Amino acid sequence: MRAVLSALRTPKGGIAGLWLVLVALGAVLAPWLTSYAFDIQDLPSAYQGPSAAHWLGTDEFGRDLLTRILYGARVSLSVSGISIGVSVFAGMVLGAAAGLIGGAFDRAVTICVDLTWSFPEILIALILVAIIGPGIAGTMAAIAVAYLAQFTRLTRAQILAIKGETYVEAARSMGASNLFLLFRHLLPNALAPVLVAGMLATGDAIILEATLGFFGLGAQPPTPSWGAMMAAGSALLFKAPGIIVLPGVAVAVTVVAINLFGDALVRALDIKTRPREG
Amino acid sequence: MLDYLVRRVLLLLPVFLAVSVVIFLILHLIPGDPIDNLLKVGSGPEARAKIAAKYGLDQPLPVQYGIWLWGVLQGDLGTSIITRRPVAVMIGQVIGPSLALGGMALAISSLGGIVLGAVAASFRDRWPDQLIMGGVLLGSTLPSFWLGLLLILGFSVELGWFPVSGARGWASLVLPVATIAFGGIALVTRVTRVAMIEAASRDFVLLLHAKGLPPRRIRLAHVLRHALMPVVTILALRIGWVLGGAVTVEYVFARPGLGSLLIKSLSQHDYPVVQACLLMLAIAVMLGTLLGDITQALMDPRVRSALR
Repeated sequence: MRAVLSALRTPKGGIAGLWLVLVALGAVLAPWLTSYAFDIQDLPSAYQGPSAAHWLGTDEFGRDLLTRILYGARVSLSVSGISIGVSVFAGMVLGAAAGLIGGAFDRAVTICVDLTWSFPEILIALILVAIIGPGIAGTMAAIAVAYLAQFTRLTRAQILAIKGETYVEAARSMGASNLFLLFRHLLPNALAPVLVAGMLATGDAIILEATLGFFGLGAQPPTPSWGAMMAAGSALLFKAPGIIVLPGVAVAVTVVAINLFGDALVRALDIKTRPREG
Repeated sequence: MLDYLVRRVLLLLPVFLAVSVVIFLILHLIPGDPIDNLLKVGSGPEARAKIAAKYGLDQPLPVQYGIWLWGVLQGDLGTSIITRRPVAVMIGQVIGPSLALGGMALAISSLGGIVLGAVAASFRDRWPDQLIMGGVLLGSTLPSFWLGLLLILGFSVELGWFPVSGARGWASLVLPVATIAFGGIALVTRVTRVAMIEAASRDFVLLLHAKGLPPRRIRLAHVLRHALMPVVTILALRIGWVLGGAVTVEYVFARPGLGSLLIKSLSQHDYPVVQACLLMLAIAVMLGTLLGDITQALMDPRVRSALR
């Protein structure tokens, strides 16, 4: 918690944090911030430029773009946040178990992790969506599995590194059980790097969610997501470039902010982003 | 060295078998029976049994896997359900454009990334470093499909310099390569910069300075050489990524390629083609890591002795 505050006090971290809070507030308060609905078509006012009534203009069905970007933030942020949360949790369980139990189980986990690790996340996600089916649930499962290898690997490396420390040896020689060691010593010390990696991965997950949405596999219309908005915009690239540029800017600025804030956090916590592989 | 090479290649066999099992099983995880796709509407159970027997789908799974693997080893990747053409021919048609795009992007990413990373490391924390690292942040965060669309908007629509889509001639390669290379350069730059800063703090560099070697020579001939090790590892991992990760870019620019073929056949439930595409990508990934390990062994005697 103290690290978050000191990260916010650096100039880059502060600006990035402010933007993230703004986006989160915009997503949560979307229904109260705008008087337009995200799904009601108003064809006479389609393709408008920015004006007092529509700050960012309107899309091909005359829907307010700012409204749709705010509602899109709801989908994009919650989908990537929840799926990375699940992925971090599952990765920590798997990685801790592999690092602690060792032996054949560890080897099996390592082989699976290395296999998924060597394929691009977008391919893994695409295959999973094909198995589960398009939509928000499929997207979340795909993102969670696509990043699972990363967190498993990181947790396992952390656990292996800490396992050899003298204080863990001492606790073990005094008769501490594996489970006690795990919750008292190993997990608390392994937590910070994994959480920061999770935060940085949330940025990648937003891009992955947007990409799946762009392929038409994410949230289904009329639910707005940043990726789906860009997919609709790509057909109108020549007629109304704003429809595709604006959600892209929202994605880019948010992901840059997450990265800047993550970097500030890494510095505040004084951890190495890539710990030695165990 | 030959000893190392043989061992390393033999290590690939179990990995290949494991990957082939996974890829084979994916077909059976995807909902929907492949027989349903082959049957004409209104056919009876006899026609169903006949098709199942024809494709060997009535056999137990391990037997089916054996038949499939035997075919693959002989270069028979099956027949596409949708186009009814041999899958090997379809793959052969797209592998050229895919390799051209991936190869160019990889070459530009490594060259540009190493140069920029070396510059950033030598000007550490001064304005050239900050400028380059700002670009790196953008390069690693902009969604590639969005960047591709913006490039189309700027260079094809407004300026008319390059074709919007397709794969005819060299001009059509410029924008897709630029899109992939932007992210690739960012990655290589970051790795090179960190590796160079780390290598510069080693003892032998201090000794070289004490010996009176000009700093520029130390940086280029000694520090950069050491720093290239992790860069080679990342680049080797990237070979598979460039082929498969180009999916979005191929889609945006409507280029034929392994990635766009995979997407199309996934949505058409054309499983033999999906399997073949995944197998090709997996082989590319494995060859990439093999190439990286060999280069590393050539560069670093410690790696050679470690496997002995």
